[in-house]
Amino acid sequence: MSYTDKIKEVIDGSDVAIFMKGTPAFVMCGNSDRALQALRRAGAPVTAVDVLPDPQIRQELSTISGWPTIPQVFVKGELVGGADIVEELEQSGDLEQTLREKLGDDYASSRDEKTVALA
Amino acid sequence: MSTQPLRQLLEGAFPDATELDVIDRTGGGDHFQVVVTSPSLAGLSLVEQHRRVYEALSGPLGDGTIHELRIKTRGAA
Repeated sequence: MSYTDKIKEVIDGSDVAIFMKGTPAFVMCGNSDRALQALRRAGAPVTAVDVLPDPQIRQELSTISGWPTIPQVFVKGELVGGADIVEELEQSGDLEQTLREKLGDDYASSRDEKTVALA
Repeated sequence: MSTQPLRQLLEGAFPDATELDVIDRTGGGDHFQVVVTSPSLAGLSLVEQHRRVYEALSGPLGDGTIHELRIKTRGAA
């Protein structure tokens, strides 16, 4: 069974998608936590996918994105980066600006946080 | 793994780097912070800059020697 279609659906269908180790309610990795916290500080509506239930999810995700590590953050289908980049963009204010440009000025109004299970 | 082999890989990929540092964050030889400032990164997005670093370190990343990698890149000289 392949996750590729489901992964692409989340990437392309979500305002902000984060592929992480664990879930927002129970984060299993420091870097996933750093990225998630940065997204929260920026007020981003987040769709989270836990890659831990099946190692194949991570493999297929990295094939799609060309990015070798977890977490991976996408805004409107485009790879923004991993924890270091997301943190850096949040600190400089560029993350908020990107979210405003791609999602509209009121992007933070929903502050939605949901988790999608692929496995 | 010591920081030296990683430094060599990065020096090979960024021969013109003006700043290049590898730090073992935990002392355990598998959590690293790398810093690269190089003119060859100028004009690239952060995603593309980090991709260059991942490519340079694809060996130790692929075989699990590097468990966690933090990257800081700058395109300036």
